[in-house]
Amino acid sequence: MKKELKFKVNGQPYEIFVKPKTLLVEVLRDLVGLTGTKRGCSSSSCGACTVMLDGMAVKSCSVLALQANGTEVVTVEGLAKGNELSPLQRAFLDHGSYQCGFCTPGMLMSSTALLTENPRPTKLEIKEGIDGNICRCTGYNAIVRAVTAVVKGEYKEAK
Amino acid sequence: MSDYSVIGKRVHNIDGTEKVTGSGKYTFDVVLPNMLYGKILRSPHPHAKILKIDTRRAKRLVGVKAVVTGKDTLGRKQGIWRRFPELCDEEILCRAKVRYIGDAVAAVAAIDEDTAEEALDLIDVEYEPLPAVFDPMDAIKEDAPQIHEGVELNININRHIEWGDVDEAFEKCDHIREDKFKCSSQAHVCMETHDAVASFGHNGKLEVWTSSQSSYYIQRLYADMLDMNESDIRVTNRHTGGGFGSKFELDSAQFCAAILSQKLCQPVKIVLTREEEFTATKRRTPMYYFLKLGAKKDGTMLAKEVRVITEGGAYTAMGATALYLTGFFSSFPYKYPNYRYDGYRVYTNTATTSAMRGFGAPQSTFVGESQIDMMAEDLGIDPVEIRRKNGMTPNYEVPGQAFIQSCGLHQCLDKIEEHIEKRGKLPPNHGIGVSAYGFMSGGIFNWFNTPYAFSAAVVRINIDGKVDVYTGTCDMGQGSNTTLAMICAEELGVRLEDVRMFSGDTGICPPDLGAWGSRQTLMGGNAVKMAAAECKQQLIEFTAAKMGVNIVYDLDIKDRWVHLVDRPERGVSYFDIVKEAIRGKDGVAIMGRGHYTPHRKGMISPAYSFGVQAAEVEVDPETGRYKLVNVTTAHESGTVINPVGIEGQLEGAIMMAGGYGFCEDQPMDEGKILNPSIADYKLIRSLDMPETDILEIDTYEPEGPFGAKEAGEGLTNPTAGAIGNAVYKAVGVRIYDLPITPEKVFKALKEKEKQQKKAKK
Repeated sequence: MKKELKFKVNGQPYEIFVKPKTLLVEVLRDLVGLTGTKRGCSSSSCGACTVMLDGMAVKSCSVLALQANGTEVVTVEGLAKGNELSPLQRAFLDHGSYQCGFCTPGMLMSSTALLTENPRPTKLEIKEGIDGNICRCTGYNAIVRAVTAVVKGEYKEAK
Repeated sequence: MSDYSVIGKRVHNIDGTEKVTGSGKYTFDVVLPNMLYGKILRSPHPHAKILKIDTRRAKRLVGVKAVVTGKDTLGRKQGIWRRFPELCDEEILCRAKVRYIGDAVAAVAAIDEDTAEEALDLIDVEYEPLPAVFDPMDAIKEDAPQIHEGVELNININRHIEWGDVDEAFEKCDHIREDKFKCSSQAHVCMETHDAVASFGHNGKLEVWTSSQSSYYIQRLYADMLDMNESDIRVTNRHTGGGFGSKFELDSAQFCAAILSQKLCQPVKIVLTREEEFTATKRRTPMYYFLKLGAKKDGTMLAKEVRVITEGGAYTAMGATALYLTGFFSSFPYKYPNYRYDGYRVYTNTATTSAMRGFGAPQSTFVGESQIDMMAEDLGIDPVEIRRKNGMTPNYEVPGQAFIQSCGLHQCLDKIEEHIEKRGKLPPNHGIGVSAYGFMSGGIFNWFNTPYAFSAAVVRINIDGKVDVYTGTCDMGQGSNTTLAMICAEELGVRLEDVRMFSGDTGICPPDLGAWGSRQTLMGGNAVKMAAAECKQQLIEFTAAKMGVNIVYDLDIKDRWVHLVDRPERGVSYFDIVKEAIRGKDGVAIMGRGHYTPHRKGMISPAYSFGVQAAEVEVDPETGRYKLVNVTTAHESGTVINPVGIEGQLEGAIMMAGGYGFCEDQPMDEGKILNPSIADYKLIRSLDMPETDILEIDTYEPEGPFGAKEAGEGLTNPTAGAIGNAVYKAVGVRIYDLPITPEKVFKALKEKEKQQKKAKK
């Protein structure tokens, strides 16, 4: 028996009928069509599916879609403003903070949520902020350097 | 060499914006019209006869479109050692027998994944369980169950390497050590699991999108298994979410999707679950290592004898190559005048072991670098010094095996020695361990039996001067497309943004063996460079004629300016010349072809990179818990083409190689992997990651494009050994089996305490 899900994704309102067992990641990828959010384990262990739900980082493979009713979700596609990349996206580019790129959307969402909550994190806090996200390529340090550069104000927010 | 305009510059990866915006399309994201979803049924038994498979109930489930078993295949066996038919031993969809927990027995295509999964439960398979064997030491016994018919003692393959007179040399040694080690398995843990979308058309042609390291291998293996012409099969690799050695053999997702699609003439998508990824794809080879090392009092190593028995798992795969390479790299990076290796790969009823980043060398480097430290201690010699005394130097021939041109090992040792000295006196329970390594820049061996060049490229210049590169190389995240685009831009004299890459698509790209064995920079790079040079030559000829240049002058192109080398101000715009040259060629785009196949470069590789790593650990002597504090690497890879890429490869390798030494393992019970999830499979997360420092050493490799060679895979080799040596330096216990877990350190500390007490009494 499908139920109605009303929520916003990247500022856009959606009304979708979903099964009670449908996961948020499935709605985002298969019904809304935003495939930037990845899925690496389906057991909230790898962080590839991380999105922001009302400003908090959540693993969308472990959230029922209907739990997102009435919320605002931001995915990696919502980070850029028009054709301007977000400071973290630009910092990731400059610091080579991605390789295969499969974990990158989740890493960006965890980092964005961290800076929303705590704009001046220490290095340890940055590491803690991305500890739920696995990257098999970069060894994390390039990601920590990129977030640090944003914290230091080296990348200005697009107007 | 500083006059390069593209090479050596800090650039964004050419696919970077796609990756940071989530717009890059992976096979995981591919959806085609009329597409179905597939799931695979796998054996719960490590060894069993298949008596009967009844698919009727599954077929009746609403939404199920097809169910296939081994009977729907041609019954062929695949293997990547195609020169040796007896080593092609994997049916993928088993017909009569399963050989490990996870062997595929049936596959379903349905309208969605849920339905396909439900259908798996409705397939009735009747098995007759057979006695199984899991450890290679048991599997080589006379009375062990036979896993493949006619294979005596379950020995899949053996390898022998020898030079000098080992027995005579041992007679001359002042000191001989004999040690035993055990190297564990490791999972690749690509973030994108194995996946494929296969679309078989009514025209009899097959199109496949798949996450892969070698589109050409997959295409050719499909052709073998499906009895098709390879040109009727198009394999496309878009973005690939990691490979690390796991994605260049035909896998169950690819094969089952194709078999299902062939039945239905509808696209079928199969994405392996994370659990399947852990249990039913291939993994790093566990090895039993027996080492004998002999030296003179002054630390000169005269002889080494190596015996290895590896856990092969159920099938050959690339394990035979790992067996050879672990033997070859056991001699690295030292000049042993006398050396003997005997390796045996043994079938077991466990998940198949095969290629993984480092390809046998992380094992040989862990054991070798542990033992050399022990030898140094026995002889009272500094660990860096003993490596310096025996280390390889430029223009060294490994007898009968390989010729090493560039080699910066000694500069790396100097740098690491400086680093250790600078670190000064360490805090209590800290230790720094050193480990040296070398690695190949592209394998020479052709057991795949390709008739094509190892690497090939086509470069096309369009009317607007923009450049398209077509190459069968595969970018699995290691950044080869960026590196190759930089090589093309440098050679042609344009900017990086002028170059567009088309790679890993067998429909439009010339074949290339793909991304394994650290091939892409040297082999792919040479092919691209040659193709770009051919284009450049055409433009230069045209410019010379047009400008009426005195024949004594040379022309060149740099930063979009075609000019006289001796008088750079005299020239013309590259863009103008391209327009006119194409017009002059009756409208045909400027094209160049390039290829590379190593000839007369020894048995292994045309070039080798070297490095030395120092790992610092802090051990808690109460609990055995330890922390990776810092890993500093002195490294040489010839000319650095893409510095951001190299840094990423180096740091990333430490995450994976550190994990091999520190925590990653696949414990089993009766052939069942006990930790098939990311929650239970411990790998290095951001908080465990040590500080990483890189000391780049300048070398120039004559065989490489612009002097470049391998970077990144070799770095998987030294870390486990460096960690083991560091733990020993910190608290005086030696761990002989990987991974070096706190539990093992704790037990060793207790044992040491006991021995000390005993000695006092």
